[in-house]
Amino acid sequence: MVFKIEPRPVPSRQMKYFSPLIAALLMLVSGLLIFTLLGKNPVNAFYAFFIEPVNDFYGIGELFIKASPLMLIGIGLAIGFKANIWNIGAEGQLTMGAIFGGGVAIYFNGSTSFFILPGMFLAGIAGGMFWASIPAFLKIRYNANEILVSLMLNYVAVLILSLLIHGPWKDPQGYGFPQSVLFSESALLPVMVEGTRLHAGVLISFAAVGVGWIFLLRSFIGYQLQVSGLAINAASYAGFKYKKMIWIGLLAGGLTAGIAGVSEISGPIGQLLPSVSPGYGFAAIIVAYVGRLHPGGIFLSSLLMALLYLGGESAQMSLDLPSAVTGVFQGMLLFYLLAADFLIHFQIRLKSTSALKGTRP
Amino acid sequence: MTLDTLMNILVATIAAGTPLVYAALGELIVEKSGVLNLGVEGMMLVGAISGFIVMAKTGSLLLAVSCGMLAGAIMSLIFAVLTLTLMANQVASGLALTIFGTGLSSFMGIDYTSVALKGAREIHIPFFSDIPILGRLVFSYDILVYLSLVLLALVLWFLYKTRAGLILKAIGESPRSGHALGFPVIRIRYLAVLFGGAMAGLGGVYLSVAYTPMWVEGMVSGRGWVALALVVFATWRPMRVLTGAYLFGGVTIIQFHIQGFGFEIPSQVLSMLPYLATIAVLVLISRDKKLIRLNSPASLGITFHPENN
Repeated sequence: MVFKIEPRPVPSRQMKYFSPLIAALLMLVSGLLIFTLLGKNPVNAFYAFFIEPVNDFYGIGELFIKASPLMLIGIGLAIGFKANIWNIGAEGQLTMGAIFGGGVAIYFNGSTSFFILPGMFLAGIAGGMFWASIPAFLKIRYNANEILVSLMLNYVAVLILSLLIHGPWKDPQGYGFPQSVLFSESALLPVMVEGTRLHAGVLISFAAVGVGWIFLLRSFIGYQLQVSGLAINAASYAGFKYKKMIWIGLLAGGLTAGIAGVSEISGPIGQLLPSVSPGYGFAAIIVAYVGRLHPGGIFLSSLLMALLYLGGESAQMSLDLPSAVTGVFQGMLLFYLLAADFLIHFQIRLKSTSALKGTRP
Repeated sequence: MTLDTLMNILVATIAAGTPLVYAALGELIVEKSGVLNLGVEGMMLVGAISGFIVMAKTGSLLLAVSCGMLAGAIMSLIFAVLTLTLMANQVASGLALTIFGTGLSSFMGIDYTSVALKGAREIHIPFFSDIPILGRLVFSYDILVYLSLVLLALVLWFLYKTRAGLILKAIGESPRSGHALGFPVIRIRYLAVLFGGAMAGLGGVYLSVAYTPMWVEGMVSGRGWVALALVVFATWRPMRVLTGAYLFGGVTIIQFHIQGFGFEIPSQVLSMLPYLATIAVLVLISRDKKLIRLNSPASLGITFHPENN
């Protein structure tokens, strides 16, 4: 008996949905293996990493707080990824959104106007889209690779934030710490559920999942994006404008990342700090991929990725493991997904050796 | 500016450019074979921390360099299995490698953040190192700087003077023709990717062991991505990689000196320079579409599988 790998006549639909599950399972198994190798009891480690963070009401709230920016940005990135437009600058676009939105909150600090918060979100959207428009413009006008340009801009955005909160936006009463003033009540998102920190920004993310579903799966533009991603020549014969796809693909990411940036500073953070995101912009790439670029999948995968963030924090406290273990898990998840996707196009069959003799080598 | 300052800047520029030389030369070979590995940053980070740990434990530069290269190669092996055997998307796999490498390196380095290293010593060649000006400019670096030049010469020789180099380039242009001619396309690409990983690992070791002998989380800070941009900037030619790397080394170094010249520029703005320079250079080189199309390997980034064609 030998295993034989052969191409499937048509890609397997089932495998398309099974492979993220296989990936999650493999990540879990490898995680437990790593914990064991590090001398931890795997059962305790599993409990501390995956159960303890979410075994109460507060924990569930935290899960959705972490999942919220991930699903939001994941939707935005998926729109670009569909058309093979690789925006990996969501981290910078999120930061830019936070800078623009935070600027509104700082300049109108103390005001009780109802319009502060909407103003922050509009500014944040403008900031995120502005930052995403740079790689879009440079790609269209000068053919510059959007992956490298959008990535470089991540570093630039974080440095601009650092410049501002070390300088003009530093809290005068902040004992010299690089941070802005605490935002006033009118610039903060209301907490929705008593006893948790769950803020109204989560609703925006839920809405984005719905809008993303309509946009990606039920709109003509969504269809155009998909065709451009699958076969660029077919798309151009059909008269779809690739430049338009580039703009949409990148700006969608900038838009959602900008909103996420404002949600973070007006939600869980409440001011501008040197870092406003623990790598949500990068994690959202995994979220989009593991979610199969489908809004429903992105919703689920954002919860899984949020659990990895919480698990990392929990592992640091109760297992004495560095929280960096989160990044290891996140990377493994994407590795396993990419590997499991092999089964969409290929199948592994058991063949008896006698049957094999008749076939050509 | 005194002659001494100028000398300091030039010498520091060479050192700052060296990790880029390693990483970009490695990626150049990978891309020449038709594979795009965006995981350079992650491989450099894992190489940096692996080399650092070995250096801290053993004090042997040779061991540190070997282990850093090995670590980079192992990382690239993951990428190779995904993209070459399992035919996964190269862009996504490369990004995964960087994300994984970033996490893994901070995980590995948690106990080493405050460890001090003696680092690689600058070599001193009697007589030669003492020649005024020239001695300092040419004979005053640590051994890894010279190693990068040796490797550059090897890459040049391999690509332009050997049959194997010719085959590598042919496969990068057209894997189907290469396969039809009987060359083991996948095996050759495996070797190219492993070489790229080892070189990225070496670039990382240079950073953590020689350039700034300490470990800081995420210390590669975008150099892996700059190396990727450098390959485009160099239009896939090794000599131009060297020029580009030193150019970027210069941009990195000039920020430390600019305030000394009496300019009042915030440090954050200066830190932006290498990233902005990368974008500027990419724009300048990419605007000529024909130049890119003529020089980039034709099959770059496209998955190939012999049984699938």
